[in-house]
Amino acid sequence: MGDQTFSFEKNVETALGDTQLRANFEYAMSTLYQKRKAVFADEAETERLREVGNAVRQRALSKLPELLEKLEKKCIENGIQVHWAETTDEANRIILKIMDDHRATRMVKGKSMVSEEMHLNKFLEEHGKEVMETDLGEYIIQLAGETPSHIIVPAVHKNKDQIAKLFHEKIPGAPYTEKVEELNALARKTLREKFQHADIGLSGVNMAVAETGTLCLVENEGNGRMCTTVPPVHVAVMGLEKVVEKLSDVPPVLRLLTGSATGQIITTYFNMITTPRKPGEKDGPEEVHLVILDNGRSAILKDPELRQTLQCIRCGTCLNHCPVYTRIGGHAYGFVYPGPIGKILTPQMEGLEKTGGIISASSLCNACEEVCPVKIPIPELIRRLRNESYDSKGSVPGHGYKWNLPEVLVWKAWALVNRYPRLNELAMKVGGLFGDRFPKIGPLKQWTRVRTTPRLARHSLHELVKTEGVDHE
Amino acid sequence: MSNTARERIFAKLRPAVAAGQFDIPSPELPPRPEWTPSEKVQKLKTLMEAVRSEVHVVKADAWTDALKALARQRGFKTLLHGPGTQVGDAVKQAWSEGSGGLPALRTYEGAIENYKDTLFHDTDVGITSTLGGIAESGALILWPDAEEPRLMSLIPPIHIAVLDADKIYATFSEAMERMSWSEKMPTNALLISGPSKTADIEMTLAFGVHGPKELIVFILEP
Repeated sequence: MGDQTFSFEKNVETALGDTQLRANFEYAMSTLYQKRKAVFADEAETERLREVGNAVRQRALSKLPELLEKLEKKCIENGIQVHWAETTDEANRIILKIMDDHRATRMVKGKSMVSEEMHLNKFLEEHGKEVMETDLGEYIIQLAGETPSHIIVPAVHKNKDQIAKLFHEKIPGAPYTEKVEELNALARKTLREKFQHADIGLSGVNMAVAETGTLCLVENEGNGRMCTTVPPVHVAVMGLEKVVEKLSDVPPVLRLLTGSATGQIITTYFNMITTPRKPGEKDGPEEVHLVILDNGRSAILKDPELRQTLQCIRCGTCLNHCPVYTRIGGHAYGFVYPGPIGKILTPQMEGLEKTGGIISASSLCNACEEVCPVKIPIPELIRRLRNESYDSKGSVPGHGYKWNLPEVLVWKAWALVNRYPRLNELAMKVGGLFGDRFPKIGPLKQWTRVRTTPRLARHSLHELVKTEGVDHE
Repeated sequence: MSNTARERIFAKLRPAVAAGQFDIPSPELPPRPEWTPSEKVQKLKTLMEAVRSEVHVVKADAWTDALKALARQRGFKTLLHGPGTQVGDAVKQAWSEGSGGLPALRTYEGAIENYKDTLFHDTDVGITSTLGGIAESGALILWPDAEEPRLMSLIPPIHIAVLDADKIYATFSEAMERMSWSEKMPTNALLISGPSKTADIEMTLAFGVHGPKELIVFILEP
């Protein structure tokens, strides 16, 4: 993942040729699309809610240092230990140290995209720890040795036949069954055992409330509650942008998140954690740790336009509505965050030059912006990042990596030709005469690989108007 | 190391927020619905049933009779309750008046470390009280405590929750405001709308993946 050898174009080609993958995505994405539509049936109310969501997130970002300090202070008062990590490596080491301090070897994990960003499982396994994903989708892809293909439904690229085979092969003693109920029962049985005996539980954070020092988790399965309640130690990891100012900010964001993500008015569980187990209480972790990760987010914040990327609440609805994502799936993007949000987030975190042109994989149809619950202007940011790719004076990591003299000269020539009518006329004439014989090399070769080369007219429009006049004038 | 990481992060964040302007709108929340008490009961019941919760609206003075009838009919074997709470004490009282055919009553003995085996492998049903309900979302509010620990509503395959009809709020925001949550957040606050579920395999909804397979709610009306 994320290595420099990855070729986005090759991935796209492979994905488009995989009919099973395309069928799996088409079915899942249209289901999620319909469910969202049903739950946000009242357009005026939805628009109002999105305004609120946007305001909550922008307000939080505008006071981020202050709110993070407050969150830290509150958490410490509440007995939660707070750790800061500038890089994913630092975050991984903090978690390893917590495990070692407790002689913990078995971790159960709730779903966390930040932990995917950190490649935490790999890191801990390399250090001899057992890490168990417990969200059903995450469990499936862990068994398969894969990565999530969607932010919310990570195993969406697999159908039940594939999962049936996987369970039969990988879970000791599991019979072959294609019945979804039975597959779930198999996972339940295996994972309950893990919950019971784990030394440590890990979770992400959907929102952290600065006012009260409360960590909020949204889920349907109950595995998140298991991970944060049964083991004696709970570690929560969050990107530093996930803070909201007040408790009263929570209900509108929750409503937007569940409605956008899965078309639910509310999920089965909304879990708000404020303190470790208090004296006299019978369960819950004795220790709670919060790891707050930067990993490039503070750099994104300093750009008044691009900082809107950090408003994201990771609902994944832009993926479900994207004509590109729904056809190629999440793995093609090569990094942890796929789809429209991945297109704008990944290049800013990893550097434009490393992300293989995923920023160009957009038709700028605006669907992502129209459904975004916090109104991130994704297409506008895509255009900005495309410009940055060519701008040697830009500010995003990897800016200007596409800058090249031939292209600059082509555009300079284009500008010149269009400034002088005589030159324009001449260019049109030459184009009309020789355009068809123009060699198909470089970008033109790429472009005409799957498209018919347009034939240039022998006479330009200007010429035709001069000789034939204009009808119906 | 983490101290210096903290300093480095804040050293980047402070100038970052100062760069350029934020354009923060100040929209109003959508208006809070005004429902009568019986509308709230109905709304909550409808939404919760839609996500496969089983909801019984019963008279407050007869709810333990309804519970006993249900327990007998379903053949529950063990029932975990929390003495010291109104609900737990009512169950205890009702069972003492005749417990033929009823599940054995259990209490959460000591801390989880010593109670795990029983809780995971030998408990059918957990019964808890609730702090209230949210009509607009179709959810119950639970603030687990020493008498009714967090795992009572998670580990047993069946969770029974008891809710006073007059504690149903229109919205989550209203519940937070009326009860001044921001001044007294508990160890753990929960919203629960139904039995545990997942759609991670082919978008097919399946219940009871990790938590309870059934959620049974008694709404007590005066």
